Amino acid sequence: MRSSNLRLFVIAGLLVAIGLALVVSGFASSSPDGLEKVAGDKGFLETAQDHLFADGPLADYAVKGVDNERLSTGLSGLIGVLITFGVGLALFALIRAMGSGSRGDAGSPGGEDAGPTRAP
Amino acid sequence: MHIPDGFINAPTSLAAGAVAAGGVGVSLRKAAQTLQEKQAPLAGLVAAFIFAVQMLNFPVAAGTSGHLLGGVLAAVLVGPWAGCICVAVVLFVQSLFADGGLTALGLNITNMAIVGVFGGWAVFRLLRRALPATKTSVVVASGIAAGLSVVLAASAFVVEYALGGNGGAPVGTVLAAMVGVHTLIGIGEGVITALTVGVVLGVRPDLVYGAQDLQAPLVLGTRNEPAGEVR
Repeated sequence: MRSSNLRLFVIAGLLVAIGLALVVSGFASSSPDGLEKVAGDKGFLETAQDHLFADGPLADYAVKGVDNERLSTGLSGLIGVLITFGVGLALFALIRAMGSGSRGDAGSPGGEDAGPTRAP
Repeated sequence: MHIPDGFINAPTSLAAGAVAAGGVGVSLRKAAQTLQEKQAPLAGLVAAFIFAVQMLNFPVAAGTSGHLLGGVLAAVLVGPWAGCICVAVVLFVQSLFADGGLTALGLNITNMAIVGVFGGWAVFRLLRRALPATKTSVVVASGIAAGLSVVLAASAFVVEYALGGNGGAPVGTVLAAMVGVHTLIGIGEGVITALTVGVVLGVRPDLVYGAQDLQAPLVLGTRNEPAGEVR
């Protein structure tokens, strides 16, 4: 019950993130952000160099080859959310695996983590 | 808030890279020791959510925009160690989108994933101690801490600019401008963070790391137990 609830929560949260990145991102402000504005006002904006991936397929939150600006931004957002979620899931699963044995795990019941630790 | 290549010189960027590597390394170790099973998928979701919301620049004063940094949001939801890793993952992935310079990655991780997360978390803890132990306090503390975390991260940039900034702008005026505009952006950060923490507290309060102390007595309830079963 609890774990299926959690799965539902994560899927719902992911759908919200996808909706924000895919649709709402097209309506975001395109004004310079705080740092960029300050850099322009204080005269050090021109010290910025081009990003190594400035011509990459996803540069500046646009998918190369998709001309409709809103769609291009939205698709890049969708790709970014999925990559971030995938990398995050994999990394945190790895982190959990790294810590099995050194962790008390008062919160989670038994399972694979209870194995290798020696009981006092 | 994402620093591009060129703003800060190589030695300072390298030093920040060392700070970032150290901070993320400690966070990895601490997260491995403390991350609960249910928090692992949640942390993946938090990273993805922050990526999405960072795309949503909202307008602040005169021709300027800002977006969520997400450090306090991540720390309150999954704890500061996993939270630091969440924000660092987002910054890594954003490199694919040419957002934030590659040589500036250490600077950006230092400002947003370390100063923003742990500075903001410290403020959150202080506020939680001062406020009554209620869900409302968690929401309020999250919002205020999130707002201040943006100013802290902006101040960290100014320190880096003072140490190795290019372009010769006077540090005092950069400080005033950065703190000024990021105070406004911090209001947006605070509102978004408080709203999001509030929603998660409403749906699954047990998933909110920063509210775990409120959870303990409630877990003893028997609402979900079959009638008559005694434990």
